[in-house]
Amino acid sequence: MNKLALSDEILMSVDKPARYIGNEVNMVRKDPGKAAIRFAMCFPDVYEIGMSHLGIQILYDMFNQREDVYCERVYSPWNDLYKIMKEQQIPLFTLETQEPVKQMDFLGITIQYEMCYTNILQILDLSRIPLLSEMRTEEDPLVIGGGPCSYNPEPLADFFDLFYIGEGETQYFPLFDLYKSIQKQGGSRRDFLRAACKIPGIYVPSLYETSYRADGTIVAFTPKYEDVPATVQKEIQMDLTHAVYPRKPLVPFIKATQDRVVLEIQRGCIRGCRFCQAGMIYRPTRERDVQMLKECARDMLEHTGHEEISLSSLSSSDYSQLPELINYLIESKEKGVNISLPSLRIDAFSLDVMSKVQDIRKSSLTFAPEAGSQRLRNVINKGLTEEMILHGAGLAFEGGWQKVKLYFMLGLPTETKEDMREIPRLADQIARRYYEIPKEQRNGKCQITISTSFFIPKPFTPFQWAPMYEKEEYLARARVVNEEMKEQLNRKSLKYNWHEADVTVLEGVFARGDRKLGQVLLKAYQKGCMLDAWSECFDNQKWMEAFHECGVSIDFYNLRERSLDEILPWDFIDCGVSKTYLKREWQRAREEQVTPNCHIQCGGCGAARFQGGVCVEHQN
Amino acid sequence: MNIRIKFQKYGVMKFIGHLDMMRYFQKAIRRAGIDIAYSEGYSPHQIMSFAAPLGVGVTSDGEYFDIEVHSSLSSRKAVQALNETMVEGISVLEYKRLPDTAKTSMSLVAAADYLVYEKQSCRILPERIVELQEKVQQFYEGQKAVRITKQTKKREIEMDLKPLIYEMKALNLKDVQTLHDLKVKNPEILTLSEDSQRDPYPALFLKISTGSADNVKPELILEAFCRFHHLPYEDLNLQVHRLEVYANADEVPVKGERERNSYQAYLNKQKKQYRQKGMAFPQFFTLGELGKDID
Repeated sequence: MNKLALSDEILMSVDKPARYIGNEVNMVRKDPGKAAIRFAMCFPDVYEIGMSHLGIQILYDMFNQREDVYCERVYSPWNDLYKIMKEQQIPLFTLETQEPVKQMDFLGITIQYEMCYTNILQILDLSRIPLLSEMRTEEDPLVIGGGPCSYNPEPLADFFDLFYIGEGETQYFPLFDLYKSIQKQGGSRRDFLRAACKIPGIYVPSLYETSYRADGTIVAFTPKYEDVPATVQKEIQMDLTHAVYPRKPLVPFIKATQDRVVLEIQRGCIRGCRFCQAGMIYRPTRERDVQMLKECARDMLEHTGHEEISLSSLSSSDYSQLPELINYLIESKEKGVNISLPSLRIDAFSLDVMSKVQDIRKSSLTFAPEAGSQRLRNVINKGLTEEMILHGAGLAFEGGWQKVKLYFMLGLPTETKEDMREIPRLADQIARRYYEIPKEQRNGKCQITISTSFFIPKPFTPFQWAPMYEKEEYLARARVVNEEMKEQLNRKSLKYNWHEADVTVLEGVFARGDRKLGQVLLKAYQKGCMLDAWSECFDNQKWMEAFHECGVSIDFYNLRERSLDEILPWDFIDCGVSKTYLKREWQRAREEQVTPNCHIQCGGCGAARFQGGVCVEHQN
Repeated sequence: MNIRIKFQKYGVMKFIGHLDMMRYFQKAIRRAGIDIAYSEGYSPHQIMSFAAPLGVGVTSDGEYFDIEVHSSLSSRKAVQALNETMVEGISVLEYKRLPDTAKTSMSLVAAADYLVYEKQSCRILPERIVELQEKVQQFYEGQKAVRITKQTKKREIEMDLKPLIYEMKALNLKDVQTLHDLKVKNPEILTLSEDSQRDPYPALFLKISTGSADNVKPELILEAFCRFHHLPYEDLNLQVHRLEVYANADEVPVKGERERNSYQAYLNKQKKQYRQKGMAFPQFFTLGELGKDID
């Protein structure tokens, strides 16, 4: 049995010691001495969050299939352990071998959301890897980033040696082979990075330089050497049916956020909502074959013992073989398997399915109209109409449901007070639909819960040029909604939740930020900012001080409307969707024009050049 | 069909709490293909109940839980199937069939055996076993009552530990015969101090009241013991290891009149046999003894 990196005394004194001991079901054990490449795979947040992430499970499984690679896991310690590790100078370790991260060849970090950026610095710091990539030596692991936030890696450029842009299935093996061959030749870290930048999808920030105007905008972003590619093309796995998929995923001891089998049925989304980054960067939409999914589901349930399976995709209802897959899973329900179906459009089919897999009285229906008025839904290209919502809700109410959740965004481009007021009005319409059912046939009151979040423009969306607002303005918009709530006939059946806006402002800055933000991150971490996605840890005051002390303006990033000819920090990445298309969509948004989804008509976004998925399968 | 499963918990698994162990076994049962029964209703759950929760940090040779199954493999095959899907630190030892009207292990728990010893470099207990045994005697025989105040969530309560301690003695963990007598299956799981030179390795054996009525934790006794002998309990770095869990031998572990009568008859027969052999009838039965292997 492994000797643990932490003593009994430490483990007994911290919250949830199971976060730090590894040993889970399906954990991969190898002789580390026999692995030419040791890879520490990190999700920079606590264990329960990180263990729920499918991408890491896929790569963990794929890397460990290679005999010459040993991939292990690392997560952020909670702040109780962080303090102890700092005080007692205990280096951060991997869960599998419990050995220091610093001994690894690679430290791979998945970057899923902006509010984990300081956690990345915490990981590097505890691992005793210099925070700045330029300070690292041959003794340090190569620090590689991936995940959705790497589509604008610039705020993190100082801290990473390289980024992998796109889906991990395709280029990691060539990267490992390159690493081994450079090592064999006695090459250095620099030699490796210089060669790696030629692998598709690999971005080595130190090989590029940015120059800025006095107003802070970019003059030019250029490679330092002639042989370094000027643009980095995203990587994409076109054949998802024959791609790796973990049949024996790890099963944590403590309850993770996803305590179930996760089956990714497709990647990408045909809908083209203009605010949605995932809907753009994962184009074209690619389905997995239903036969493969059935086999995966069976194997994964068998090898994990999970009692629940969740279908994962951006829009499950668009998966062409959904009825077949669900019927197969419902048959396995006999063996006590629950089915969870997020991102399902509410219609007769989905209600029928849900009535079979859930307790109607307890479960709630979820709609995400995102905007209250039809006008604004047209602006964001959310193809959901009031009629569709009321029809779906009506069917559901007649089927016995009485709880509805509604999700909206405030602060969308062109939003007016009237659009905000439409939010509670729509909820009230739904409630009215409920009370149309004769009293004796319904089950007491209905519960309509409205939640709003604040819209953050993301790179590679048609809204990437849109301005954001100040914190006070966001809260004022939430108040408009709240005031209108009180005017509604069925106000007693409605409930409204909204969030603080501090985090929105920071997310906005980092989502569309540039390299100048590296110093702010460093300063914020030095001030103790960490685990910022956790409200009990988040300290806005420290962040504001960090911006102030670095002389970096939040307004520059958030309050400007970027001009269409401005060089954006992420312009060097080619994500498949062309800038021309994004500009066209931005224009159509302002004209309140809807663009049909990929099944109905090709919008000419540029992803067709990958020659697969929806671009070839649904041609009339 | 009711089944009682016995398992060991050691190594890093001692950091997994009781609720997570239950979740672990729910999944393990499915992986092993045990034909477990589910409750009715919209969110059916496995029919499973654990005997006596084990605290975080405590290792064990004798953990029990009961399940209900529709059909079963032989005990040997079921143990094998379960062990093939276990993680390091959990080993299934027994899989036994119980009478159909068996009471749950949780309701039967009456006592448990523990080993308590120092970890790593901690040297507070006397090194010589004889000396430690003397101290045990002074503590146990020398006091009419072992009074302590126990802090509960709401208030402090005075209690006498003495009637809850059925046995207490000093022993040497390095003595092979001792470990054999204690039925320690694999001594390496006791993870004695890294400094393996320590010989003798002093430990305390405790047989104490456990269960819902008069539950007492071994730590509580050690604290009282240290206080009595003016040893610094706060500095004591203890490892607690549970050896076995028992039911009262006199308790009838089944429900239903006919079953009760037939068990009572069986018990009387047993008692008679003990008398004929001139042996004292045991005060406790292990929870496992109440079941039978399936061939």
